[in-house]
Amino acid sequence: MTSATSSAHVGAGGGDLPGRDAQSGFALGLPPRPALLSRRAWLALIALIIVFGLGVPFATLVVPETSALHLSAYAMTITGKFMCYAIAALALDLVWGYCGILSLGHALFFALGGYAIGMYLMRAIGHEGKYGSDLPDFMVFLDWHQLPWYWQGTQHLGYALLLVVLVPAVVAWVFGFFTFRSRVKGVYLSIITQAMTFAAMLLFYRNETGFGGNNGFTDFKRIGGFPITHPGTRTAVLLITFAVLILAFLGARAIVTSKLGRVVTAVRDGETRLMFLGYSPLAYKLFVWTVSAVLCGIAGALYVPQVGIINPGEMSPGNSIEMAIWVAVGGRGTLIGPIIGAFAVNGAKSFFTANFPEYWLFFLGLIFVLVPLLLPNGIMGLIELMTRKRNRS
Amino acid sequence: MALVLFAGAPLAAFALSPADVAPLAGDDFDAKSAAIDKLIANHDKESMAVLKALSDDSALATDSGAVLLQDGDTAKDAVTGKTVAAGDAQPVTLNNLLRSKVAGALSGLQLDSPDRATREAAITSLLQNPDPSIKPLVDAARAKETDPALKKRLDTLWAMTALHDTDPAKRLEAVQLVAARHDLDMNELLRPLVAKKPDGTFVEADDRVRAAAQSGIDELDAIQRRSQIAGTLFAGLSLGSVLLLAALGLAITYGLIGVINMAHGEFLMIGAYATYVVQNLFQRFAPGAFDWYPLLAVPASFAAAGLVGIVLERLVLKHLYGRPLETLLTTFGVSLILIQATRMLFGAQNVQVVNPAWMSGGVTVLPNLILPYNRLAILAFSLIVVGIAWAVLTKTRLGLFVRAVTQNRRMAACVGVKTARVDSYAFAFGAGIAGLGGCALSQIGNVGPDLGQSYIIDSFMAVVLGGVGQLAGTVIGGFGLGLVSKAIEPFWGAVLAKIAVLVLIVLFIQKRPQGMFALKGRSAEA
Repeated sequence: MTSATSSAHVGAGGGDLPGRDAQSGFALGLPPRPALLSRRAWLALIALIIVFGLGVPFATLVVPETSALHLSAYAMTITGKFMCYAIAALALDLVWGYCGILSLGHALFFALGGYAIGMYLMRAIGHEGKYGSDLPDFMVFLDWHQLPWYWQGTQHLGYALLLVVLVPAVVAWVFGFFTFRSRVKGVYLSIITQAMTFAAMLLFYRNETGFGGNNGFTDFKRIGGFPITHPGTRTAVLLITFAVLILAFLGARAIVTSKLGRVVTAVRDGETRLMFLGYSPLAYKLFVWTVSAVLCGIAGALYVPQVGIINPGEMSPGNSIEMAIWVAVGGRGTLIGPIIGAFAVNGAKSFFTANFPEYWLFFLGLIFVLVPLLLPNGIMGLIELMTRKRNRS
Repeated sequence: MALVLFAGAPLAAFALSPADVAPLAGDDFDAKSAAIDKLIANHDKESMAVLKALSDDSALATDSGAVLLQDGDTAKDAVTGKTVAAGDAQPVTLNNLLRSKVAGALSGLQLDSPDRATREAAITSLLQNPDPSIKPLVDAARAKETDPALKKRLDTLWAMTALHDTDPAKRLEAVQLVAARHDLDMNELLRPLVAKKPDGTFVEADDRVRAAAQSGIDELDAIQRRSQIAGTLFAGLSLGSVLLLAALGLAITYGLIGVINMAHGEFLMIGAYATYVVQNLFQRFAPGAFDWYPLLAVPASFAAAGLVGIVLERLVLKHLYGRPLETLLTTFGVSLILIQATRMLFGAQNVQVVNPAWMSGGVTVLPNLILPYNRLAILAFSLIVVGIAWAVLTKTRLGLFVRAVTQNRRMAACVGVKTARVDSYAFAFGAGIAGLGGCALSQIGNVGPDLGQSYIIDSFMAVVLGGVGQLAGTVIGGFGLGLVSKAIEPFWGAVLAKIAVLVLIVLFIQKRPQGMFALKGRSAEA
C-alpha cells in the first residue's frame, strides 16, 4: 500500500512535467501513450469473452454428459488450472519482462494466496471433517484445542479474500524493501528469492506452523455456501478465473503503457542511468514487485478451489523456476506471450506425464536449454519474426 | 548380614533356609528384592544356584512357598536339594528391576573368579549397572584383588555402590571417587545426594559429602558444556567443509563468467556417482585393495564432473554470455536433464557408498564427543582442495589468466589472453571441484539423484555471504554459514535455523551490499 503512494509521489516529482507540457501543446518528444489494446485486439478479446462466457456454462450444464461436446470435470479442472498458471505467468512477466527482476520465488506468493483461501475452505468444512470437530482435522490430529490467532476470522470468505491480497502484498513489500534498498539485483536477487521460497516451504512443512504440515489443506466441502464439487459451482469458479485473467491482462497492460510503466521499463534497461536522471528506482520496483505478488496470490487463490488441495510442495523452488519458463517460452515483456506460454508448457506437461512420464523432465530440461538459445523472444518473438517476413515478401 | 550367615550356619550342608526363598514364590516385588539381596549377601553355592535359575527363568515356585530349580525334566528343591516333582509349580516372575539386580549379582559373583579376563568382564558389566545390593561382593573382591588396573576400576565400582553407606567417611571417599571418573553418567548417581527431601532437609545429612557431590556435579556440568560447544563447533566445521567444497567452484565460475550455475549441485551428484562406480569396480576387480578406492575415486570424480562441465560450457553456456538470467534458467534445465538421466541410469533409489575401513569409527575427544574419522577426513580434504585451488589460481599460468579475465575481460583479450578458452577451462575446473565435493559427500551422506538439490541453495548462500572471486571470502562464507547454522540448530531446530540464516544474510546484505556484491573491475553496468 505504501509502495503505491510513495511511487505516485516520486512519479509526481519526476514524471508530471511532460504531461502538463503535452496539455499546453508543447511536446518533449515523448512518444504518445499507446492504446490499451488495438482495435483488432479488442474485437478478438470480446469475441473470446463471448465464446468462453457462454460456451463453458453451455458445455457443462446443458449438454448431456454422454455427448462429445460435454465439458468433463477433468477438462474444467485442467482449463481452470492453466488459467491460474497464466495469471501467475502474467504476474511474473510484469516483474521480469518489464522490470528485469527474475523472481524465482513467485511460487511462494502463489501458494500464500492459495493458503489464505485454503484457510477459509478448511473452516467451511465445519463439522463434516473426519473428527466432526469445529477445528480443521489436522489440528484435532495434533491435539490442538483452539485455533491459532492467525486463523481468527478466516471463516468469513470476505476476510479470506482480503488475506489473499494482503498476505502476499506484505510479504513481497517487506522482502522487496530490504533487497531493493540494498540494490541487490540480477542473479543474486534471483537466488535470494529462491532461498526465500525454499525457507518458506520448510516452514510450512512443519506441523507446528499450523497449516497442515506435509498434507496441507484438502477435502474441501463448500465455498460461499455452495458445494464445491457441484458442476454449477465449478463453472462459476472457472468463469471467475477467466474474468480475473482478462482483468489482470488489461490491468497489467494499463500499468506497462502508463508513465509509471515507462519508468519501470527504464529500470530494466538502465537502472544506473535512471538514477542519474534523478529517479529513485526503489519505489517503482517495489510497486511492480508488490502488484505482481498480489496478482500471483490471486492466481493461487483461484487455483486451490479448483484443484482441491494446497500443500507446501506448491512453493518449492522448482515450481517457481517452472513459472519462469512459461514466461520465457511465451516471450518476455509481451504480456500475451506468458499466457500462451503457460498454456503451451502445461499442455505439454499434461500430455507427457500422461503418456511418457519418464521423459517429461528431459523435455522440460530441453525447453529450458533450447528456448533461451534458439528462441530468445519466445513464441511471440517467433510470431513477430514470421509476420515481418511475410510483410517483407 | 552376619546374622544371616549365622542363621544359615546350623543347616551346614544347605546354607539356605526355606524362609530365605519363600518371598520369591510370593507376589510382592519388594519382598522379592529383599530376598535377592539376602541371597547375594550369602554368596554361597546354593544361593548362586538360585540366582542363576532366576536369571535364566528356570526357577519355579510352588503354592506352598517352596522354590524349585528346574533342570531339564527334573526339578530340585532350592533349600533341601532333593529332587521333587514339579507338579503345578509356576515360574517365578521378575520385573525388569529385579532382573537387572540378578544379572548384576551373577556378574558380582564372578568378581572372585581366578581368571583375570572373567573378572575384568564382570567389572565392566557392573560399572554400567552398579546396584548397591552387590556391595558385599565388591567389598570382598576389593580386598582380594591384586591386579592394579583392575583394583582401580574396582575402587570406582565400590564407590558407586557405597554412595549410601552408613559411614559418612566412606560416603565421602565414594563421592570423590565417583566424581573423579569424569563420566557424564555419574551425574545420575550424584544428583540425588544434593537433593532435598519434601520437608526441606537434605537427603544427604553430611555437609562434606554434599559439598563433594556438588563440586563433582559442577565439574561434570562443565565437561558437558565444553563437549557440547566442541561438538557444535565440529558439526559446524564439518558442514562448512562440505559447503565450502560445493561453493568453491561456484564462486570461481561466477566471478569469472558471471554465471550462476544452477546445475552446480548436479556436478556434486556426478562426483558422488563417479565415486560409487569406482567403489563398485574395486569391489568387483580388486576387493583386496578396497580400502584404497578413494585414491582413484578422487581423480575420477574430478574428471567426470569436469568433463560434463566443459561439455556444458562449450555446447550451451558459451552462447549465452551476457544474458545471466537466461543462463540461470538454462542451467536449471541442464540440472533437470542430468537428474533424470541419473535416475534412468542408476535408478531413483539411493545407492550405497561404503566407507573404507580406515574412515569408519572415530576418535573420542571428550567423554561424550566422538569425532568420526570420515568427517575429519573430509575436513582435511576440503582444506587440501582449497589449497590446490589457491595454488592453481595464484601460481599457474591458467590461474593468472583466470584472474586477469575476472578483473577485466576486454583488457585481457587485448593483451592476447584467449578468454573463451580460459572460460572453458575455468568452468571445467569449477565443475571438477564440485565433483570432488560430491566424492566427499558420498562418504558422509546418501547418494541419490537429488543429492545436489539439497546443497545448492546453501552453497549459493555461502557464495553470497563470502563475496565473489576471492577464495578467502568463500572459505569464510562456507565455514561461517556452517558454524552459524549449527550454532542455531540446538535452540530452534534445523528448519528455523535455515530460515534464521536466510534472514541474517538478507540483513547482512543491508550492511555490506557493495563489499559483497560488487564485482571488481568489469562490474560497471550500463
